[in-house]
Amino acid sequence: MKYTSQMVAKPYFIAAIALFVGQILFGVIMGMQYVVGDFLFPEIPFNVARMVHTNLLIVWLLFGFMGAAYYMVPDEAETELHSPLLAKVMFWIFLAAGVVTILGYLLVPYATLAEITMNDLLPTMGREFLEQPTIIKIGIVIVALAFLYNISMTILKGRKTVINLVLLIGLVGLAVFFLFAFYNPSNIVLDKLFWWFVVHLWVEGVWELILGSLLAYVLIKTTGVDREVIEKWLYVIIAMALITGLIGTGHHFFWIGTPGYWQWWGSIFSALEPIPFFMMTIFAFNMVNKRRRQHPNKAAVLWALGCSVMAFLGAGVWGFMHTLSFVNYYTHGSQITAAHGHMAFYGAYVMIVLAIISYAMPMLNGRKAANSMKSQVVEMWSFWLMTVSMVFITLFLTAAGILQVYLQRMNGDASLPFMVIQDKIEIFYWMREGAGIIFLIGLIVYVASFFVGRDQPEAEMPK
Amino acid sequence: MTKVTRYPPGEIIIWLFIMAELLVFGLFFAAYAITRIDNVELFELYQKNLDTTAALYNTIALLSSSYFVIRSVIAIKADEQKNAYRWMLLAVAMGLVFIVIKTDEFSHHIDNGITLSTNTFYMFYLSLAFFHYLHVILGLVILGVLAHNMNKGMYSSKENASVETGASYWHMVDLVWLILFPLVYVM
Repeated sequence: MKYTSQMVAKPYFIAAIALFVGQILFGVIMGMQYVVGDFLFPEIPFNVARMVHTNLLIVWLLFGFMGAAYYMVPDEAETELHSPLLAKVMFWIFLAAGVVTILGYLLVPYATLAEITMNDLLPTMGREFLEQPTIIKIGIVIVALAFLYNISMTILKGRKTVINLVLLIGLVGLAVFFLFAFYNPSNIVLDKLFWWFVVHLWVEGVWELILGSLLAYVLIKTTGVDREVIEKWLYVIIAMALITGLIGTGHHFFWIGTPGYWQWWGSIFSALEPIPFFMMTIFAFNMVNKRRRQHPNKAAVLWALGCSVMAFLGAGVWGFMHTLSFVNYYTHGSQITAAHGHMAFYGAYVMIVLAIISYAMPMLNGRKAANSMKSQVVEMWSFWLMTVSMVFITLFLTAAGILQVYLQRMNGDASLPFMVIQDKIEIFYWMREGAGIIFLIGLIVYVASFFVGRDQPEAEMPK
Repeated sequence: MTKVTRYPPGEIIIWLFIMAELLVFGLFFAAYAITRIDNVELFELYQKNLDTTAALYNTIALLSSSYFVIRSVIAIKADEQKNAYRWMLLAVAMGLVFIVIKTDEFSHHIDNGITLSTNTFYMFYLSLAFFHYLHVILGLVILGVLAHNMNKGMYSSKENASVETGASYWHMVDLVWLILFPLVYVM
């Protein structure tokens, strides 16, 4: 680690992992509620568990991105972070806001939460992913602005690299699209339309820039391939991601009352969204094959390669499966959507954050380049446990989804009601819960990897 | 000095990009063709409303622009920086002619109250034409940067991969128009 200010990344990474554990715990609880409806009721109702599960996901990924930026930007810009103090203060504000929000969800009825946080002054609550009280949303904007200021000032005073600039564009996009969380038009069609601007223009638009940038950074560091080569790939990947992703988000507008051309725009552009993900897979494997040096941090390379493959499968292939409007007519809002959501988030964004944590954490803990072999072996076990169980979660949900769509929507007059079908596909929910528990075990192994082999020497640079 | 001939010309990465772009247009063209099968009368009726003469001028503009780009590439490979710069400026000028004519066409449609929702034909026509229009603008930005760099003497017979890269992209923009013009305006 070249710059001491990179150290501010560490609390962000730790918080990210802690919240990740919380997210998975609530995932497992909810998975159980799918089959045992009153499990933990009334303490944790399903809708609350769901809110906590999805909100924690977003918040811990944001912690991960910020930590990644604080670690990577000074290194790339070859200068100290503009203000480490500001980064630390913002960390505590963001963490406090996150914890208060989750406690609010768990301890107070949602309507009461809205009331005591004075949602009626500027109503923004109640929409999926955007359940946070308005005051918290304002806090998020302040944290985001301070963060962007800190990162931009660092980039401005230092070396300008394509990787840093792509990251910055992605982060600015993230902040700008979040502002739509405050826009709450009374026209229900417009309300829905702009609602999609927040999380979905993130994941299939600007977050892909963040993903590409972080992936390129980890690959440069671990393979020693020429920056110039990696930058060219990055340009093309982000251009494709933006062309396909921004208009491709139209596949969410099919059934909410928008004009008919969205059927075509959404279908055609989103059908091509797998391309940038496929490019990322080729890119990652190409760079690793062309590597000029062996890096002792095998675990980080594994996460990076795994990310490129799983992102393509989860976001690309599973997304394509139901993106064309005539297919989506039958599948929207079914378990197929859930299957896609799980693998895409895990493959693209969870894995890239874990890749950068895996790369940076050893240095943040005072190592030269990598953890001990023992620690890395445990970490790689967690990689396989989590990744394979996520593949099974996805497959079981897909099977459930196909049955659901067939029985509920394609069976003409013999179509069955929603709840009747839920009983019929119960077996898949049980298997999904089993895979979910293995995922949780994988995550525990992952956390354990930070504590084993600490007294052992660093893994050596392979010859 | 041995003459270096790259294949494909320019940076390999631009070809990945070109393939991806052609795939987008290809899908759009295919969707247009398939939809037309069920709506032949509607499509033929509204195709007649399009300004074929303007489109023909635009075809000439883009074709000649592509030709000027080729002359510019040839010139730079012969170390004739001045000539290369002039040819590139001509290419940009012809691209601008396209933009002017096309903008006029679009404003005409807007004046007549035509939107994406008017009917299926206009949905396809406006989508395709506008998407291509954006590509022309992007291509012009690329050619503009190349011309600017040429003026500063940044390219030579040895250092011209960027010129070929930009030229390849511009030919792609041209190629798409050569499909779009007969498909949407004439057939």
